[in-house]
Amino acid sequence: MELFTPSFGLVFWMFVSFAVLFFILWKFAWPVILHSVDDRANLIDKGVEYAESARMQLEQAQSTADGIIAEARHKEAEILREADSLKSQIVENARNEAKIEAKKEQDAAKLSIDQARKEAEKNLRDEIGQLAIEIATKVVRKRMGDDKAQAHLVNSLLDEIENQN
Amino acid sequence: MMMKKVLTIVVLLVIAALLALGFSEAQATDGAASAEHKIDPKEIIFEHLGDAYGWEIPFSHHHRIPLPVIVFGSDGFHCFSSARVAGGRQWVDGSTTFTIPTDGDNHGHVVELVDGKEVKPFDISITKNVLAVWITVLIVIWLAFAMVRWYKNNGNKAPRGGLGACEMLIGFIYDTVIKSTLKDKTRRFAPFLLTVFLFIFVMNLLGLIVIFPGGANLTGNIAVTLVMAVLTFLVTNLFGTKHYWKEIFWPDVPLWLKFPLPIMPLIEIFGMFTKPAALTVRLFANMMGGHMIVIVLTLLIFIFSAVGGLFAGAGTVLISIPFSIFMLLIDVLVSFIQAYVFTMLSTIFISMAQEDGHGHGKEEHVTA
Repeated sequence: MELFTPSFGLVFWMFVSFAVLFFILWKFAWPVILHSVDDRANLIDKGVEYAESARMQLEQAQSTADGIIAEARHKEAEILREADSLKSQIVENARNEAKIEAKKEQDAAKLSIDQARKEAEKNLRDEIGQLAIEIATKVVRKRMGDDKAQAHLVNSLLDEIENQN
Repeated sequence: MMMKKVLTIVVLLVIAALLALGFSEAQATDGAASAEHKIDPKEIIFEHLGDAYGWEIPFSHHHRIPLPVIVFGSDGFHCFSSARVAGGRQWVDGSTTFTIPTDGDNHGHVVELVDGKEVKPFDISITKNVLAVWITVLIVIWLAFAMVRWYKNNGNKAPRGGLGACEMLIGFIYDTVIKSTLKDKTRRFAPFLLTVFLFIFVMNLLGLIVIFPGGANLTGNIAVTLVMAVLTFLVTNLFGTKHYWKEIFWPDVPLWLKFPLPIMPLIEIFGMFTKPAALTVRLFANMMGGHMIVIVLTLLIFIFSAVGGLFAGAGTVLISIPFSIFMLLIDVLVSFIQAYVFTMLSTIFISMAQEDGHGHGKEEHVTA
């Protein structure tokens, strides 16, 4: 049957056409296309690799950050605790100091009060003495207005002194 | 949405049926007038499957685009339009007479008349199939250079749309078929294999288009598939390694199998030739079968209307058309599958001839 016998003309043209087609594509098309396809495949591979490593790095960074944060928390708590104890200590100290200061103040006050009192007492005594003398002087002046009385007193006083000795 | 589509299809089928009715009526009256218009299915089928010196104009069986006839007769080359010898007419070119006999042994071929006898000249006419091959070549070149232009202008960006589909197709063949089989020899054979793939695929698809740029039953023509298979055979054997030839002439089998009677070498040499033969016949038979089924389904309409009258013909339309649409869709799939299979087997044959003796024992034997 004719269907199963290849005709020479078609074989010839087919061969020539394919040869031309192959030559053109082989020379000008396939190098560019295959190069681009391979290039892109490599680029995508690299991109995937890069993304993978970036992801790993991110994960690592995340875990480091987590560690740092945890440490910071820990430190924060410690510092807070320290601050707390420091605070109470400072308060305690302040209180003590205040106490001492107050005591000092008190003592000083007491001292000055004592002194003042003593002085006052002394002054008072002096004044009273003065007054007594003045009074006595006045009294004496009044009573010793006459010579008789004066002589009497002198005598009595001399008696007294005599008795004493 | 679905209902609407179904409705559209039904309406189209009814219109087609009515058209066929009118047409077959006209034919029936014609047939009554002259017996010449009787349907000869075999004739029609083989005419559609075979080659021709002209290309049918759609909807007109008698008008064709004439193509140049180039023959080497008894007195040198002759080149003339096929319109001059169409329909059994004789054409005198110089001192020789040419014609295309309408019957006899040389039916449908250009012959030289020498003393009233038909002599077949050396015929390299630009037939319908040759022109279709050229159209395919142009389409493939256009596709390839569209991609080249894209890559030159856009660097590493992936193309979209039609070019993207093209690249996907080429990438698929290149990565999964060629690269995975040929490994480090990829760069050497990929251009040939990819050209084969694209060429066969475009030829297959063009064959499915019924009007002008398509319609030639290219890959269903044994000459075309034979050339493709022979090229694969040549590439396989011309680039075959020393180890490949040793395996053929002095394979690793007990001595009595190769000396003094070379049984195994004979089998191996036979195998060298069965591979391209299988390639030829597989592609040819698959594509031709698809075309034949569609033509027969269409012819059924005319046969039934000739035998059973108008309504039988119209009824056949309703059955035939969905079936031939279905077959055409299957053929689209087959077009890809056969191009893929041809490329894959070529790749395997080539890679088998590239073995350098290290990977012995895991040799693949593909006979399918």
